[in-house]
Amino acid sequence: MFKKLSMAAVAVALSATSSLAATEVTWWHAMGGELGKKLEEIAQKFNDSQSDYKVVPVFKGTYPETLTAAIAAFRAGQQPAIVQVFEVGTGTMMAAKGAVYPVYKLMADNKEPWDPKGFLAPVVGYYSDAQGNILSMPFNSSTPIMYYNKDVFQKAGLDPEVAPKTWAELATMGKKIVDSGAAACGFTLSYAATWVGLENYSAIQNLPYGTLQNGFGGLKTEFKFNGKEQAAFWDNLKKQQDAKVFKYGGPGGGAETAPMFYAQQCAIYMGSSASRAGVINNAKGFKVGFAPMPYDDTVTKDPKNSIIGGATLWTLNGQKNPDVYKGVAKFFTYLSKPEVQADWHQFTGYLPITNAAYELGQKQGYYEKTPGSDIAIKQITRGTPTDNSRGLRFGNLTQIRDLIDQQFETVLSGKKTGQQALDDAAKAGNAILREFEASNSN
Amino acid sequence: MQTKRTVFHSRILPYFLLAPQLIITLIFFVWPAAQAIWQSFLRQDPFGLKVTFVWFANYTRLLDDPDYLNALGATFVFSVGVTVLSMGLSLMFAVAVNRLLRSGRFYTTLLVWPYAVAPAAAGLLWWFMFNPSVGIIPYLLSFLGYEWNHRLHTGDAIVLIIIAAAWKQISYNFLFFVAGLQSVPQSLTEAAAIDGAGPFKRFWTVVFPLLSPTTFFLAVINITYAMFDTFGIVDATTSGGPSQSTNILVYKVYADGFIGLNLGPSAAQSVILMLIVVVLTVVQFRWIERKVQY
Repeated sequence: MFKKLSMAAVAVALSATSSLAATEVTWWHAMGGELGKKLEEIAQKFNDSQSDYKVVPVFKGTYPETLTAAIAAFRAGQQPAIVQVFEVGTGTMMAAKGAVYPVYKLMADNKEPWDPKGFLAPVVGYYSDAQGNILSMPFNSSTPIMYYNKDVFQKAGLDPEVAPKTWAELATMGKKIVDSGAAACGFTLSYAATWVGLENYSAIQNLPYGTLQNGFGGLKTEFKFNGKEQAAFWDNLKKQQDAKVFKYGGPGGGAETAPMFYAQQCAIYMGSSASRAGVINNAKGFKVGFAPMPYDDTVTKDPKNSIIGGATLWTLNGQKNPDVYKGVAKFFTYLSKPEVQADWHQFTGYLPITNAAYELGQKQGYYEKTPGSDIAIKQITRGTPTDNSRGLRFGNLTQIRDLIDQQFETVLSGKKTGQQALDDAAKAGNAILREFEASNSN
Repeated sequence: MQTKRTVFHSRILPYFLLAPQLIITLIFFVWPAAQAIWQSFLRQDPFGLKVTFVWFANYTRLLDDPDYLNALGATFVFSVGVTVLSMGLSLMFAVAVNRLLRSGRFYTTLLVWPYAVAPAAAGLLWWFMFNPSVGIIPYLLSFLGYEWNHRLHTGDAIVLIIIAAAWKQISYNFLFFVAGLQSVPQSLTEAAAIDGAGPFKRFWTVVFPLLSPTTFFLAVINITYAMFDTFGIVDATTSGGPSQSTNILVYKVYADGFIGLNLGPSAAQSVILMLIVVVLTVVQFRWIERKVQY
């Protein structure tokens, strides 16, 4: 026992001295479970590939927790070199000019290769400033898709190979599923009131979410998501809920949604393309079908691209040792390698960030071997993005999403109509935007 | 009467003796409180890069904010609910245990256990039991024809957090009530019994009034607990929803400051909370301790 312990001590001492030689690059992230393990594997492989830098990933909890922790650390002068920030935190990060070291500048300063055109346009568009400079390193981007239970479709007398294309079709099929007793509920939505049920709904139907190109044009943006189409959509969800066709699975990401799909309670689940691995692992005893998000044919005949979610890696200013930034730049170069990207994309279901990674997957025959794996990428690259489908950029969007969730709940409980709830959400959201504008301008 | 006094000849020694306690108070209580007061007058971006002094703007905006007024109302309902429920139940348990001679100790031990459970763990426990999809209680309620869903129904959500928070406090109240009951002289109840008062009457006319110092003390403690110590329970069960119905003041401080990154308004809210604590403490020490005496 003592021998074992002392050997462990020697091993620790040895590894400590070897890491002293390498410059440490801390990386705060929000990837738990399988994704976290894969992320650590990437960092490990980078560390093994060279000896000058050591990337140390640290799991900091959920996305909001990670962002809050990084901000608190920055204020205390203890910030990590790299922090993973989810897409709704983008507005906050972009406004914090003194805190952020933009990635295009980082790469140029450290003479690392940097080709903005090599990235998928809809992904980097979300993270570029008005001049088209990419500010943060794209890492994990996803977009919502539809997962459905083929066995339940069969039981309900539906063709298991045909997924609903429109929300109207979804309602009819959902009713058939519930009426036939094949499942207790037709469909459930993660991010029912935000990312999936409002942000992507607006983008796909080409409806504005806010003024000034959804906030890309500046801090003076105001919310416009309270259009009559979105209101009708929310009223429709309430109607579907009353008919037992739709089941709400909680605010935010909807903690209950995926479990209801796994338990075959709900026949259809709409959620992040990055849930793919989880869905395949958990869908025990039934076959899963994959399909693009439905569109609303009462609003549009030409659905636009969906918008992304997920996170990017931001470099924070203020590291005392300038070598750290060299390490960050080297690590980002490593991250954008097609093999690394393709591996991450294929393992997780996140989008390939670079065109090269997508092409590599095609060459490997990955998309033919794994049906459904290219739905997300096709959905996000279809058509030409409009001002309404490029993405969102609003300050304090985390908090605004919370209040939209709350308003959605008042619709589901029958207290407000869709229009009233969205009007109230827009009003309260605009107040937060003004506060953000005030605290970010001198 | 002359009392014996210890006289310190050194002028510095008393300060040395007090120093550890003073330093702890200054670092962990006074300094953060001062920070909160200072920040409540500032408007700043999350990273602290742009800071402006805005006087009372954060406070005036709060008082105009319907969400804040809603949180005040929710806090009132919640703290009254928790206090009444937990004190009522623990008084009942205490009376029951007080009648048992031998097994009383055993029940006391069992009833004290919940106090050792961390708020977040307690919240999670209730979250599981009341979970609308997999919880046992909604399942049982469905047989009675009641569809429990605290995600959608505000009433259900409030009831849930009241039960969860009250459960946690029962042990504490119970201990005080047992101690209080034991200090009620047996002779008084016996005399009442001889005069022909039944057990129910004996309790309400003799025992309960004599318990009132304990009851008032516990009322203040419970209100303080419900207002300030229930963050973990709310966070684990309802996260303030649905539609803000369980967004009590202490949770709103967290939601606005940590999730919303609005530090100024969040600091202003915590200063208001601090004032409420001060008032409650004054009430407890100045008023209750003096007025309730027999």
